[in-house]
Amino acid sequence: MSRRLLPSGDAALLVECDSLEEVLALHDALAADPPRGVVELVPAARTILVSIDPARIPLESAATWVRRVPAEAGSRVAGAAAERVMIPVSYDGDDLAATAALLGVSTEALVARHSSIEWRVAFIGFAPGFGYLVSDDWPFEVPRLDAPRTRVPAGAVALAGAFGGVYPRQSPGGWRLIGRTDAALWAPDSVEPALLAPGRRVRFEAIGVG
Amino acid sequence: MTRLHVEQPGASALVEDLGRPGLAHLGVATSGALDRGALALANRLVGNPDGAAGLELLVGGFRARFEGEAWFAVTGAWGPVSLDGHPVPPYAATRARDGAVLEVGTAVRGIRWVLAIRGGIEATAVLGSRSRDTLAGLGPEPVVAGQELVIGAAPAASVPVVDQDVAFPPPAGMVTLALLPGPRTDWFTDAAGAALFESPWRLSEQADRIGVRLVGPALERRRSGELASEATVPGSMQVAGDGQPTILLADRPVTGGYPVIAIVAPGSLDAVAQLRPGQEVRFRHA
Repeated sequence: MSRRLLPSGDAALLVECDSLEEVLALHDALAADPPRGVVELVPAARTILVSIDPARIPLESAATWVRRVPAEAGSRVAGAAAERVMIPVSYDGDDLAATAALLGVSTEALVARHSSIEWRVAFIGFAPGFGYLVSDDWPFEVPRLDAPRTRVPAGAVALAGAFGGVYPRQSPGGWRLIGRTDAALWAPDSVEPALLAPGRRVRFEAIGVG
Repeated sequence: MTRLHVEQPGASALVEDLGRPGLAHLGVATSGALDRGALALANRLVGNPDGAAGLELLVGGFRARFEGEAWFAVTGAWGPVSLDGHPVPPYAATRARDGAVLEVGTAVRGIRWVLAIRGGIEATAVLGSRSRDTLAGLGPEPVVAGQELVIGAAPAASVPVVDQDVAFPPPAGMVTLALLPGPRTDWFTDAAGAALFESPWRLSEQADRIGVRLVGPALERRRSGELASEATVPGSMQVAGDGQPTILLADRPVTGGYPVIAIVAPGSLDAVAQLRPGQEVRFRHA
């Protein structure tokens, strides 16, 4: 498994992997036992930004730590300790039937798959608290809408590319909407503002099918 | 309780402190005062902790009336500031009596004023900060005409006696910024790397708290193709498809898909906050 360490200023370094799977495994390994002075890990599709407090750890020492941490792609050992989240969903999204048709499956089969597998928050993208969810058991690749909606309500459960997601706040968006949830995805007054924080394991529970 | 009654906010008046660090993994940028040194200095001049919330005023045209007495200091940009029509010394603590009217004129140097008031501006903290994040829409709404800002209780520290002139106005002419290597320096040609440091650049009109765009020679890429979005840091200089660089600032999106050729050194970031559209910029190696 390869890791390339790239410069990112004097208080961070960017670690590049070959695949999202490697990023997930490395993120689990780094998050398990970070040395003092490592203040934040910011995963993305191919990279993890490792931010440090230069007054508490030299950047070179952090680089050595990142190079040496053992991580195995596909390993689920670290994941066993991850926090788990259950999200109740009414599967009545505006694009549910069309998306199922596009994928060549029945609506029931799409809902059953979406709500029976374990997802994982890979990284946050595009808006505060908007987690990109992945699963080894999710076989579909869903094209984005040709024309994004100008207004997607908070709690919309959606699909795009190989990812699942839930809109944390009302925003524009091009993901296909398959359902909605009342779960509080984004709570800026809380000490844990994002329900879908990177590394968390997620299940969707069907509480109704439109 | 002391209040500041804002009669005219000017181009933009935002409540800012030193932001909310450590939340990029949740999609939240640090935000906070763009000229962090100016906020820390203004706060120190009135005895506040460095991170007390102040007002960041863009360009000027700000007018407000004190309700109750208060010490205040204006730092950052340079230009006419008056209290009841009398000039206020720059970068110094001044006492306002009850009913006094503070006017911050149009900046002649720099572009962002910082107003600190002893006790700090009270506002509801979001994720531990009273900063307005203009991209994510977090924190106190932009200040509007007629708004009453509540000033907090006086801190334990007294207003310090400063026996030295601490005013250092932003430069009027060319500004030199220090650059550190970026994660994607190798995506660009050697000629682009040389042009970055040898050419004069100019700040475009597209400049706000999210980022500032520069105008100069197109920085050509050695390799084409898409970059998967990756985390940026304040000062990341990303280069869009047209070859023009943008320096990402406090309210930036925390991930971006354009390659980052270099990173403005932290010590040069406050200077970026004070650049005016059209001002000349040059880069040197940090």
